[in-house]
Amino acid sequence: MRTSRYEILHDNTRCDLCKSCVYQCTRNVFSYDIDQQRIAVDPKNCVNCQRCVEFCHHQALKVQINRNHYHENAYWTMQDISQLFQQADTGGILLSSMGNPKPYPIYFDHLLLNAAQVTNPSIDPLREPMETKVCLGKRTNDFKRDDDGLLKLDVKPHLHLDTPILFAGMSLGAISYPAHEALLAAAKELNTFYNCGEGGLPQKFYPDENHIIVQVASGRFGINKDYLKHCAALEIKVGQGAKPGIGGHLPSRKNNELIAKTRMIEENSEAISPAPHHDIYSIEDLRQLVYALKEVSGYQKPIIVKVAAVHNIAAICSGIARSGADIIYIDGFRGGSGATPMRIRDNVGIPIELALASVDETLRKEGIREEVSVIAAGGIRNSSDVVKAIALGADAVAIGTAALLALGCHLCQDCTSGVCSWGIATQQKDLTKRLNPIQGARQLVHLVTAWTNEIKEMMGGMGISSIESLKGNRLMLRGLHLHEEELRILGVKHAGSR
Amino acid sequence: MREGTFRNASGCAIGAIFHKDRTKENGKRIAHSMSYMRERSNGLGGGFVGYGIYPQYQKQYALHLFFDDTLSKQQFEAYIKKDFIVVMQEEIMIAKCKEITDAPIIWRYYVDVKEGIVDQDEAIVALLFHVNVNISGAYLFSCGKDMGVFKGVGYPEELAEFYCLDQYEAYSWIAHGRYPTNTPGWWAGAHPFAMLDFALVHNGEISSYDTNRRYIEMFNYPCSLLTDTEVITYILDFLIRKKHCSFEECAHILTAPFYSEIEQMEPQQKRYYTMLRRNLGSLLICGPFSIILGFENGIAALNDRLKLRSLMIAEKNECVYMASEECAIRAVENELDRIFSLPGSTPYIAKCKEE
Repeated sequence: MRTSRYEILHDNTRCDLCKSCVYQCTRNVFSYDIDQQRIAVDPKNCVNCQRCVEFCHHQALKVQINRNHYHENAYWTMQDISQLFQQADTGGILLSSMGNPKPYPIYFDHLLLNAAQVTNPSIDPLREPMETKVCLGKRTNDFKRDDDGLLKLDVKPHLHLDTPILFAGMSLGAISYPAHEALLAAAKELNTFYNCGEGGLPQKFYPDENHIIVQVASGRFGINKDYLKHCAALEIKVGQGAKPGIGGHLPSRKNNELIAKTRMIEENSEAISPAPHHDIYSIEDLRQLVYALKEVSGYQKPIIVKVAAVHNIAAICSGIARSGADIIYIDGFRGGSGATPMRIRDNVGIPIELALASVDETLRKEGIREEVSVIAAGGIRNSSDVVKAIALGADAVAIGTAALLALGCHLCQDCTSGVCSWGIATQQKDLTKRLNPIQGARQLVHLVTAWTNEIKEMMGGMGISSIESLKGNRLMLRGLHLHEEELRILGVKHAGSR
Repeated sequence: MREGTFRNASGCAIGAIFHKDRTKENGKRIAHSMSYMRERSNGLGGGFVGYGIYPQYQKQYALHLFFDDTLSKQQFEAYIKKDFIVVMQEEIMIAKCKEITDAPIIWRYYVDVKEGIVDQDEAIVALLFHVNVNISGAYLFSCGKDMGVFKGVGYPEELAEFYCLDQYEAYSWIAHGRYPTNTPGWWAGAHPFAMLDFALVHNGEISSYDTNRRYIEMFNYPCSLLTDTEVITYILDFLIRKKHCSFEECAHILTAPFYSEIEQMEPQQKRYYTMLRRNLGSLLICGPFSIILGFENGIAALNDRLKLRSLMIAEKNECVYMASEECAIRAVENELDRIFSLPGSTPYIAKCKEE
């Protein structure tokens, strides 16, 4: 990089030379100049993680976009130019992290919710029961009678959640051990699910298996008999929204003793997840893996198939629904990652809102919607996104980026560096201990509890007392500033229409 | 604008008179009863259904249709020849009255299903959907045996006069007066909504509508009217006719107990309700409703689980009265054995005694 992206404004009149910025910065932006008795600043490596700012007790620091500009124009932006320089200098593929940050349309922000007025009453969640409990799995309408003539329906393996929000799969390796501890503890307290991602499951977590979803990804890291046993559900990860169509790479420097042991690989080796599962080259192969995992669980646990939202997502999900899977997890193009090629993150895949609407409608048209539950993920930012996703047709949502923000992440999108100053996307011991798992769990519980209460308020406003009655209830949505084709795909009317 | 092009919410008056001993009475009392709830309607829709009204054609399906013009009537008559034999057809008797205007052509056909068609009810349902979706200008609004719906745009008591309901003798009468929040003024959009021997009247506006609609449409029930009454009728037809559930079991699904209530139940009941909610959550109906369902030899009523709509039920000897308001019952029978407000989620069912 020839010029720094950010500049640091350091106010000498406020600074008391406590040097906390020097200690907190993991990128050597600050140093203490003994001769001149002042803080020296070199913004070259700054990624604006805000760690120094938050720890500056006299508020003597500000990070802002470098006011020095290249000669950019409307076509060649500052970013285009600096990325081009970077590649010309290094010859490398650009790597980045987290989700797609580009200014594509955000459909959630073009959908408005309904509320009851006059013709039916809204419901006050503080006075009336308001249910957010969700069951995920297959449902049946095959009515049978037992010997006494009582109604009987088969009850398939289900996940029970007190709130329609799960934590997304993030591997140990991509994020730190305390981050995993915090996510699991929060899932337990909230009665929802933690997903260990593809990096294996620490044995210490086994006692909480009722709140754990384990992943079977293309790298097959950490998968053994115990791994498959100590979980509430098994997830086949085919793809993720931040990098559809490609695998993963945990660099050797992050592969320390704990990571290696949990993944069952050699310490300090490069941990590569292949792009495809090498036993899934077609839909019938997926079916075999789904059933292999069902056999392993004695048909007692739901099997989730996670896919990235790509162009043909509806047909893909229709195939997955027929493969025996119990739950489909769709990850939109805003979904995050610890490391992803920037061009893929920014240009591959489609928004979750459109993918979800199209999948839900297709499954219904084919009469197989009840064969699966649908989890929507990839860019859920707040409780209204949750409500909108469910109204579009999701059974529940998963949050990754939002959960990390609650843990302290400041979205600097530099997870690949491995020196996350917040102790989240790093494996350096001195940094991971910056994240207190108990405090982290509390933050997560606060977040999800706040969202759940907001969801109840919105449901009550619509006169809905059970979240089942919100699922796929697209009449509760109206589009704003959307054209006909977008409205058709979303299955909603434009605001103002009857 | 017509029903089906937009979602039309309505407030309503509903009422019923049912004789368990099959005693028949003409439509005067039910019309009189409804007139006491005039405030609950606005003249934009009303209707009645009577059971046991066609003793001379008990075996035939009685089809009641509205036609906008003679062309749609011809199209219907050409189409129906394929699978059905028309035993008798006639214009439905009407009395001109000044309040009721813009009436369409209203015709009645008694039909047999042709031999070789195994599931006769299913053939009638297929006809119902075909006519209402595909034959423009024709609307089939009643298709059961020995029963019939009479509805239109106007106040219920005026429509009773228009349709000469004093000329029909029924053991069960159900009525509806409508207060739509829009003004379609389309005759077919009035209620009761009927399918085979089921006829439903509904008061309320359900907030789970689209969830319910999108679920039931998966089982070939195209919802073309976009009304609560239509979707609830299809759900009940699906559960009762196709899945052989009782009305009580339907109530357990449509107005399922809250999980907090289920938690308190005995293990067996707990399993039962959990099983229903886990599988049939999309059939849960949220939001205010009171419904009266008429069927051959019986009548049933249900309120939403938060009890957001009124429904009074009274009994006198072998006769059951239902109405949105008590005054409507007392107007026709003041000496009652019992009168009560139907609690939420609690089904009420009355059936004819075995002959």
